[in-house]
Amino acid sequence: MATIIQGIGAAAALSSSNSFDSKRFHLPSRRSLSERKGSFLVVRSDGRVIPGSNPRGRRTDQLITNAVAAKADASAASTASKPGHELLLFEALREGLEEEMERDPRVCVMGEDVGHYGGSYKVTKGLAPKYGDLRVLDTPIAENSFTGMAIGAAMTGLRPIIEGMNMGFLLLAFNQISNNCGMLHYTSGGQFTIPVVIRGPGGVGRQLGAEHSQRLESYFQSIPGIQMVACSTPYNAKGLMKAAIRSENPVILFEHVLLYNLKERIPDEEYVLSLEEAEMVRPGEHITILTYSRMRYHVMQAAKTLVNKGYDPEVIDIRSLKPFDLYTIGNSVKKTHRVLIVEECMRTGGIGASLTAAISENFHDYLDAPIVCLSSQDVPTPYAGTLEEWTVVQPAQIVAAVEQLCQ
Amino acid sequence: MAFSLRKSKYVIYNNLKTRMGLFGITKNRSCWTSSPTHHHSTPIAAPFVQTFRNTCASFRNTGTLFSARRFESIKAGKQVLDFPGGMVAFTSEMSFISESPKERAHCYRVLDDNGQPIIHQNIVNEEVSITMYAHMVTLQIMDTIFYEAQRQGRISFYLTTNGEEAINIASAAALTIDDLIFPQYREPGVLLWRGFTLQEFANQCFGNKADYGKGRQMPIHYGSNKHNYFTISSTIATQLPHAVGAAYSLKMEKKDACVVTYFGDGGSSEGDFHAALNFAAVMEVPVIFICRNNGWAISTPTSDQFRSDGVVVKGKAYGVRSIRVDGNDALAIYNAVHAAREMAISEHRPILIEALAYRVGHHSTSDDSTKYRPANEIEFWRTSRDPVTRFRKWIESNGWWSGEAESELRSSVRKELLHAIQFAEKVEKPSISNIFTDVYDIPPLNLCEQEISLRETIKRYPEDYPPNVPV
Repeated sequence: MATIIQGIGAAAALSSSNSFDSKRFHLPSRRSLSERKGSFLVVRSDGRVIPGSNPRGRRTDQLITNAVAAKADASAASTASKPGHELLLFEALREGLEEEMERDPRVCVMGEDVGHYGGSYKVTKGLAPKYGDLRVLDTPIAENSFTGMAIGAAMTGLRPIIEGMNMGFLLLAFNQISNNCGMLHYTSGGQFTIPVVIRGPGGVGRQLGAEHSQRLESYFQSIPGIQMVACSTPYNAKGLMKAAIRSENPVILFEHVLLYNLKERIPDEEYVLSLEEAEMVRPGEHITILTYSRMRYHVMQAAKTLVNKGYDPEVIDIRSLKPFDLYTIGNSVKKTHRVLIVEECMRTGGIGASLTAAISENFHDYLDAPIVCLSSQDVPTPYAGTLEEWTVVQPAQIVAAVEQLCQ
Repeated sequence: MAFSLRKSKYVIYNNLKTRMGLFGITKNRSCWTSSPTHHHSTPIAAPFVQTFRNTCASFRNTGTLFSARRFESIKAGKQVLDFPGGMVAFTSEMSFISESPKERAHCYRVLDDNGQPIIHQNIVNEEVSITMYAHMVTLQIMDTIFYEAQRQGRISFYLTTNGEEAINIASAAALTIDDLIFPQYREPGVLLWRGFTLQEFANQCFGNKADYGKGRQMPIHYGSNKHNYFTISSTIATQLPHAVGAAYSLKMEKKDACVVTYFGDGGSSEGDFHAALNFAAVMEVPVIFICRNNGWAISTPTSDQFRSDGVVVKGKAYGVRSIRVDGNDALAIYNAVHAAREMAISEHRPILIEALAYRVGHHSTSDDSTKYRPANEIEFWRTSRDPVTRFRKWIESNGWWSGEAESELRSSVRKELLHAIQFAEKVEKPSISNIFTDVYDIPPLNLCEQEISLRETIKRYPEDYPPNVPV
C-alpha cells in the first residue's frame, strides 16, 4: 500500500505558514513503518522527503522543532482561510470509517445497533443508509459470536470492523479474540490473515456504573498477535481508524466515552497515522509524563499548573498500547531522566504496570528516580459522580507527583 | 390490572393509560412490522380495543401488561394479537408445549444395514461411488496407522475418525471445491477428499518444515487455504460463528458457493452454537451446519449433554431448516448435503444436518474410552454398524468392486502411508525463526528482541539445544 504520511509539523515546514492550529506534532516514520511492503513517502519534520527509508541507522532524529509548546497565536498569522474542517471526535471516527468504506468495498461494520440506529455513540450514523444493511450489519446480542463471525469473514477476505457497544462487553468476546483472532494467522502458518478492527467506547466518566466502566486494555495486553491503540483527539482518532482498517493485523482501537465530543480542526486531505507511534504532546526538559486517552487532558491541565510553578514537563501520548513506542519514549527518558506514567487503568496489571517494567528494563541507566505510575484504584467503578471522579487520577495528584519526582 | 368490563370504550382507554402507564394506543401499525422476511397479513384499519371481555381472560392467561397496547379482534371468535414479531392466535386452553415429542424426529437413510437401497431411487454413479469408497478406506487406514505411530511415540497426538468415515467423505463428495470448510477436528476426510495428500497429512502430524502450519499446531490441526479448509483450532464450536461470517462474506460477494461447518454433539452445548444458528437465520446466509452426533463428548454421553431430541430439533428453535440423517449411510449423507447445498445457495438460508453416528474410537490418543463405556458396545458398533462395510456391500452388489480390488487398495494405501510417515519423520523441523514470524505481519520490536535473546542463549549453550531443529 502506498500511503503518504504527513506530520503536522512536516506539513507546516512544507508550506510557509503554520496552517494548522492544533498543537500536536508526531514523529513520522519508524522502523516498522518502512519495513512494510509497498512504497512510502516519508515526510520528515524538516520537510525532507525520503522514499521508504530505514531510519534504524538514523540516530540524529530531531525530536521536536517548533510546533508544540507554541500557543495558538502562532497560527493566528493565517486565519484568513483556515484550511481543514472542524469536527467532533466521533465525527472524525466516522469520517475515517466512511473514507475507508468508500475506498475498499470489502470494509464492513458489524455490531449491536450500528445500522439504522447509528451506534450508541453515533460513530456509524448515516452509514447504513449509504452502504446498505449488509455492509453495516446489526447483529443479535452475542458478542463472542459476532466477533467470531467477523473473524470468519476476515479469513475469507472481508475487512470487518467490530463495534463493541461498550468495551466491557468485549469480555464476552475474549475467547474469540484470544484464541482465534490473535492466533489463527500464526497457527495456520500464515495462510489465513485476520485484518479485523475491534473498536468501542470504554473508560470511566459518564456514571455508567461498574460494568460499563471497564478498561479492557489491561486485560487484552497479553494476547499475542493483536495490536492495541488508543485515540485521544479527533486528529489521531481519524488517522488511527484508517490505519487500523488498512492494517493486516487485528487491531483493537480504544475510544473513551468522555472524549467523543471533543472538537478540533483536522486536515481536509487524506492522512493515515502510524499504529506503532507515540505522539509528542508537549516537549519539555524536566520530566517525561506518559499517558494516553482521556488522561492526556488531565495531564495537560496539570501541565498548565506545573508550567506556572516553573516546571517544564514533556508530555507524550503513547497512543500505541501494544507494542509500546519505546523509541520515542526512550529518547524522552534519556533527555529528562524522570518518568511519570498517568493512566486510567487499575493499579494491578494495567498498561502502566507493563510500561513501568519495559522502561525499567530498557532505560534503567538513564533514570534519576524510580518510575512513578499513577493509576486508578483496584476497585470497581462506583456510580456516584463524586466517587467516580476520585477513582481516576486528578490533575492535582499529577502536579503533586511531579513535584515530588523533581525534588 | 383489574378493571370493570362494563365501562365505555373511552373510559376503558383512559383507565388503561392511567393504570398501566401505557404510551397510549397508537393508530399507526407500521412501526411494528419486523424484518422483510416475516409475512404479515394486511394491516388492519381499526386500531382500538373492541371487546375487553375475552381479552381480560387472556390477560390472566398470558399475564402480559402491555398486550392492551396493540389489540385487535379480527374475525368473530378468533382472537389474534400482533406482538412484536408477528401475529399469534390466542387460545383459552392452557397447555404447555411438551418437553419431548411423542416420536423422535425421523432419520433419513438410503441404504439398509446390508447396503441395499430401501427404495428405488437415483443414486450416485459408479465413478463417484468408487472414489468415495476408496477415500473411506484410505481414511480408515490413515487412522489406524497414525494411531499406531502415536502409540510408538513417533507423533505426540492423534484423533481418529472411526465410525464417522461416511460423514467425512460423503459430505465432502457432495460439495464443490469452492465451498468453504470450517471443521472441528474430526473431519480430516473432507480434506482428504479435496486432494490433501497422505504426505501432507504426515507432515502436519510430524510438524516438520513442509507443514503448512510451520509446526505451530498439534497434530491433526490441519489447515490449507488452497483447499478452502480453514485451520483447525482446538477450541470447541468457535468455528461456527466463523462459518457464519464467511457465509456473510460469500453473500456480500454473491458467490455460487456455500460454507460447511462441522461440530459434535458436545459442541452443540457451547454458546457459540446457539448464536451462530441464530445469526445465520437472521442474516440469511448460505451455511450448512453438520452435527456429528456420535453419542459421546469424551466421556459425556448425550443424555448428560442435552435433554432435547438430539440436535436436529434445535434448528427449528432458531428458524433453521433441519434434517436428521443416518451418519453411517454414505448415500444418505451425500443426498442430504447435496440438497442442503442447493437450498443454502439458491434460497440464502442456513441448513442444519444432524448425522447420527457412533464414535467407535477413543476421543483421542489421550483417552481410553473403555473406562466409561462397555467394550462390547464399542465392538458392536465397530463391526455390525461399520459405515465402510455397509457401503462396500452396496458397491459390491452393483458389481463395481471386488475382493481383489479391496486388498489391492488397502495394501497400496498402507504402503504409501508408511512411506509418507518415514519420509516425514526425516524431514527437518521448522527453524527457530518460525516462533516469531506470523504473529504479526511484520515482527515488532519486542519480538525481534526476544528472538535475539533466544539466539544468544542457543549460541551460549548449544549442548542444550535439540540437534534436529535448525536454528
